[in-house]
Amino acid sequence: MLEQIEKIRVEATEAIVDASTSAALEELRVKYLGRKAELTQILRGISQLPPEDRGPVGGAANKARKELEALIEQSAERLDAAELEAKLVADRVDVTMPGAPPRPVGHQHLITRTTRLIEDIMVGLGYEVAEGPEIEHDYYNFTALNHPVGHPARQLQDTFYIQSHPDVLLRTHTSPMQIRAMETHGPPIFIVIPGKVYRRDSDATHSPMFHQMEGLAIAEGLTLADLQGTLLAMSRALFGDTREVRLRPHYFPFTEPSVEVDVSCFQCEGTGVLADGSRCNLCKGQGWIEILGAGMVDPNVLGFVKEMGYDPEKVQGFAYGLGIERVAMLRHDVPDLRRFFDNDVRMLEQFS
Amino acid sequence: MRVPYSWLREYCDPGLPIEELADRLVMTGTEVERIDVVGPPSPDNFVIGKVTEAVQHPDADRLRVCTVDVGEGGARTIVCGAPNVGAGQTVAVALPGARMPGGDKLRKAKLRGVASEGMILAADEIEVGEDHDGIMVLDDALSAGTPLADVIPLAEPVLEIEVTPNRSDCFGVHGIAREVHAVTGADLGPDPWADDAPAEGEGQASDFASVTIEVPDLCPRFTARVFRDVKIGPSPLWLRERLAAAGQRPISNVVDITNYVMLLTAQPLHAYDLDKLPGGELIVRTAREGEKMTTLDGVERELDPEIVLVCDRDRPSGIGGVMGGQVSEVSDETTSLLLEAANWNGPNILQTSRRLSLRSEASARFEKQLHPDLTMRAQAVASKLIVELCGATMVPGTIDVAAPAPEPRTLRLRGSRVTSILGMEIPQADQVAYLERQGFAVEVDGEDLLATVPADRYYDVTREIDLIEEVGRLHGFDRHLPTTLPRVGEGKVGRLNRTQRLRRRAEDELRDLGFDQIVGWSFNNPGEAGRLRTCEPDPRAEPILVANPLSDEGAAMRTTLIGSLLDVAARNLSRGAEAVSLFEAGAVYLRGTPPETGGPLAGDFPGDTPAPVTEPHRYGALAVGPLIPRSWRGGSEPADFFALKGVLEALAASLGCPPLEFEPTAEPFLHPGRGAAVAVGGAPLGWLGEIHPLVCRTWDIDAAVGFEIDAAPLLAAATLGEELFEDVTTFPAALRDLAVVVDSDTSAATVRAAVLAGGGELLRAAKVFDLYEGPQLAEGKKSLALALEFRAADRTLTDEEVDAARASIEAELTKIGGELRA
Repeated sequence: MLEQIEKIRVEATEAIVDASTSAALEELRVKYLGRKAELTQILRGISQLPPEDRGPVGGAANKARKELEALIEQSAERLDAAELEAKLVADRVDVTMPGAPPRPVGHQHLITRTTRLIEDIMVGLGYEVAEGPEIEHDYYNFTALNHPVGHPARQLQDTFYIQSHPDVLLRTHTSPMQIRAMETHGPPIFIVIPGKVYRRDSDATHSPMFHQMEGLAIAEGLTLADLQGTLLAMSRALFGDTREVRLRPHYFPFTEPSVEVDVSCFQCEGTGVLADGSRCNLCKGQGWIEILGAGMVDPNVLGFVKEMGYDPEKVQGFAYGLGIERVAMLRHDVPDLRRFFDNDVRMLEQFS
Repeated sequence: MRVPYSWLREYCDPGLPIEELADRLVMTGTEVERIDVVGPPSPDNFVIGKVTEAVQHPDADRLRVCTVDVGEGGARTIVCGAPNVGAGQTVAVALPGARMPGGDKLRKAKLRGVASEGMILAADEIEVGEDHDGIMVLDDALSAGTPLADVIPLAEPVLEIEVTPNRSDCFGVHGIAREVHAVTGADLGPDPWADDAPAEGEGQASDFASVTIEVPDLCPRFTARVFRDVKIGPSPLWLRERLAAAGQRPISNVVDITNYVMLLTAQPLHAYDLDKLPGGELIVRTAREGEKMTTLDGVERELDPEIVLVCDRDRPSGIGGVMGGQVSEVSDETTSLLLEAANWNGPNILQTSRRLSLRSEASARFEKQLHPDLTMRAQAVASKLIVELCGATMVPGTIDVAAPAPEPRTLRLRGSRVTSILGMEIPQADQVAYLERQGFAVEVDGEDLLATVPADRYYDVTREIDLIEEVGRLHGFDRHLPTTLPRVGEGKVGRLNRTQRLRRRAEDELRDLGFDQIVGWSFNNPGEAGRLRTCEPDPRAEPILVANPLSDEGAAMRTTLIGSLLDVAARNLSRGAEAVSLFEAGAVYLRGTPPETGGPLAGDFPGDTPAPVTEPHRYGALAVGPLIPRSWRGGSEPADFFALKGVLEALAASLGCPPLEFEPTAEPFLHPGRGAAVAVGGAPLGWLGEIHPLVCRTWDIDAAVGFEIDAAPLLAAATLGEELFEDVTTFPAALRDLAVVVDSDTSAATVRAAVLAGGGELLRAAKVFDLYEGPQLAEGKKSLALALEFRAADRTLTDEEVDAARASIEAELTKIGGELRA
């Protein structure tokens, strides 16, 4: 019996050491240690043996079993490692193939980005944001902004009117919201008004639909110098810390004095000349770029909201109107206003 | 407004290079668009010549070989093609080396074998007119060799000025001269109307003509003078040159004089052939309904009763302040002249010129409202020229029919107010100078000034604030204005409000979900409703129409975002895009009063009248093709209903909205079996679905899926920023799966609702994770599998509790005909 055990042990040991796959090893484990295995049968039959044999046979069989178990475990570890190694080699890829596209992220429209940029600058200066309707009443778009009926300034903005409503139009500027805001909110008021506006005009620098950002500040003692400071702060945030602004007197019906505002050119640093000596194409050699119209809010305009506390002898302030596309065109070198509404995805995807 | 520099300097010479003057004008409020140069770029090599001989060219019928004395250097041979050239003429000559307008250099040349050493000039060749019928024949008093520039300006710089509508005075060269005087301080010469023409002969103007004004509010003043023995002919060269440089075509002396005086004084004039006015009568009245007349431009125009006419005894002669008519037009045969300088009502002129689509130099000035006093200035200047240049005699007297003149206007300018508006101090002496130079009469009253407004500025400067602008701009914002920042808000923090923050979040989420943002046109073709298969009374089929669109493509305000999205998708696909995922955040425009009104901020019209239109802000998305692009590992499926449903649910979840509700819907532009009405908390949001193949076809798209929802109810349901902590870790959840067989037409939402009802408070989540229909089930049945999560906040659930909940769920499912699968 003892010899038989030894024979099993030797035979099994050899087979286990020779096993080259996990599957073969598993077969050996069943063959030598499973329920029907010879060694198992011996251990199970111990009670049938003469008492004097029971001790040595049991001990030898148990020892062999333990030894084989340990050996199998050892081999399993070895085989696992070898097999993993082989798998890793087989799994090698061409790392230069293109990556699989992730679920794509879309793109923010440049108008949205620019609008938010200006809003955030003005919020940083303490302003709030207000919006108003695009289909507007003549009163808000013109009359209360000091463009009485028959005033030639109404012609400055060629207007779309709504059929069968002679007093209703597509707002030509974001300024009507000045009145709406002041009708509901007494001074002091510091707001910006982004939104779509409409004029009957279409070429590379005019679109029948475009976007404006209105600024309105009314409080005690605001001055034209404050307007200049505010626009300087905004211009530097938009176009660079070394920018300067200049105010040129102009005419708008709803501001007095009125100004057009130029910012020093950020491409040629206001010199009008590029590094290679050629004329700056951005400012056309002027050194300055016109960016917006502004002025001190006309007392007549405040007169329309006097009952809300806007007494022109007590409070005063300024307003400005900025073309959002104009800012985006300058900042991102877009040549034609109409491109913003073409929505070609190849353009959209240039701006995240 | 084109202002030839030589003409300007006749009244005020700033002694500056024109570029420097232009800069100062720009920085004080006069917009100089550009500086143009009229005529040759240089006056060199242009001289006066005397034609001493002109003989036929031996080899060319149309050419003459001339001998021309050009002073120094002696006689030259010049070949000339002009029919009017002849010996004895004094002419303008360009010698070899002269630079012609446009820059070409004139060279010696052989013309049909004869050497020519220069060119005898026609008016158009040096841009002093359009005449090319013959050479210019000049005054014989000029001696040969005189530089031509001594006679007419060559290389004339011209300021092109864009005049703002408030500055009617700057529509005249003299007004610009006064502005130059104000800006630079250079001397201003005497007013050109300071002296008048001498009158001669018997009688009075009123013996020859009469003026009756029936509408004095529309024609506050009408002045007329009468001239006899008028000889119509071409104007002298200097006058033609000035008009040409100012952009007016020279015509004949009388017409040129009226144009010249208008360009000088900003007051338009009109000349009538007096002999063509029956009885010399002029009547100013409004047109009769349906009345017609032919204006000078040869167009017959239909008039309306708000249009003012100047009529003769029988019929309309001209449209007052806008354009004359053909019946009394000055012609070569005219010998008696009636010269009108009138004043008109600005708004009425503006309205007339808009209604007739007829803008003229005159209407452009009158519509700004001129002061009645300007009429007599223009009469004085024009009379002198008519007497001088047309050999006419002026009949004594002026017919002057006038309403009472506007009261002189004196305004107080507070010194303190100047500083408090501008934020800079301007010394009082400077303020006085700035105003006086502009023609104001100024009186000092302590710190204040009392300024009387001149006639030219009467309708522009009406208040103290206008004076502040005048002194401020001349002081120079660029030179003196400080840069300060106001104290903003008085303790308030500038920030976006909650709606604005949520809107940004929603836009960002749609972008992060893979959609490109577009900005579509607010207007479109009215035919879009038909392409979307909507029809009345669907409000989307009745768009708000634009009364005066640029084209049909912009004639209707959009009622949907999906139309804009389909337009953009189709355009991109036609340009080669394989797939597009687009979204827009923007307004649509619908008829009818907004659901919620309340004051100006809510869009009400004046007087708290609700607006007749409503502009809901919306989110729309559209996908054509897969959401994830194709790659070398294969492509994903084209986006379908469930792909966009996932996007929409993710958008709502990102805002912290409760789960959206979906029900089948029958939008006309959606696939009838793959469209849903979307709601949140019972409030309708919009639709989601696959676009109807017939709609896709009209946009030339194979298949598309999208949604369009109102922002307001979505944002109202948002809880973003208001979330509270829920403990999900202290006590473990019990997870159970459950499969239920129901009729095929029982919706997943119905099953889920039954499960949630049965599960009670302990059931925290129930997700549908599988759908089976097939041979293992009876016909007309389907199986749904749900993953359930049971949890309590205060204890670990026992098996008994979970089993009880499950039993209750089973009971609820039985009510809807469901049966649990083993």
